[in-house]
Amino acid sequence: MNLTVTEILFGILSLMAIVSGISVIFSRNPVFSVLYLIITFFSIAGHYILLNAQFLAAVHIIVYAGAIMVLFLFVIMMLNLNKETEPTKPVWVQFAAVIAGGVLMITLIGSLKGAETITMAQPQNSEIGLVGNLGKVLFSDFLVPFELSSVLFLSAMVGAVLLGKKHTVQS
Amino acid sequence: MSAIQIIPLNWYITLSAILFGMGVMGVLFRRNTIIILMCIELMLNAVNLLLVAFSAHHSNAQAQVFVFFIMAVAAAEVAVGLAILMMIYRNTKSTDVNFLNKLKW
Repeated sequence: MNLTVTEILFGILSLMAIVSGISVIFSRNPVFSVLYLIITFFSIAGHYILLNAQFLAAVHIIVYAGAIMVLFLFVIMMLNLNKETEPTKPVWVQFAAVIAGGVLMITLIGSLKGAETITMAQPQNSEIGLVGNLGKVLFSDFLVPFELSSVLFLSAMVGAVLLGKKHTVQS
Repeated sequence: MSAIQIIPLNWYITLSAILFGMGVMGVLFRRNTIIILMCIELMLNAVNLLLVAFSAHHSNAQAQVFVFFIMAVAAAEVAVGLAILMMIYRNTKSTDVNFLNKLKW
């Protein structure tokens, strides 16, 4: 069985994503969960690069590992949650949770049973993931959603500031 | 040579299903609100990966723009979610979701 470099890379990245994803769920300390989630995000960014989506890989690392996870770490440190004494659910609830998630997973994977394995045979356009091409699509076909997302960001910012503000009771 | 020409699409669907299932498992399994938010991020990422795989398979750039929008929405969602979490912590001195059962019948 000859494995190409791409297949080996796919295997390593998938294994990294799955193992660190499991560690996110089962580690007791929230800080370690955040760090494992960053590893998962980096391996998903590697998958994007393998799929010729270079722009999305860069944006993924910047947005997720750079912005979102820093936000999570800030909140954990501000709330001083860096301790391992955390209340856990009862054992039967944990058992039921694992069973339910596993059944969903198996259903999704099992629906692929009998489907033919499809690989792209004909040569394809490998330029679609580059900034220039995506920018043309974004600013021609998706111009209105792009502007609407700016409104969404503004409202999210206002909402976050409003929620985070200390409320003083006016008498 | 793109990975989609070597690796079958089914493997990507399987990987996304596993990641999504792990996200669901984490939401059901943990009581810490921060971990639940992180598992929601994991689910969003599984869907993003699937969209990018389909996009590469069909040589269609629109799916990648869609992933870009999903990332924007995820960033907004996390900002608001963490602000709500701060309010919860300020009022209950805990990040345990089991304290928030006022709307439960």
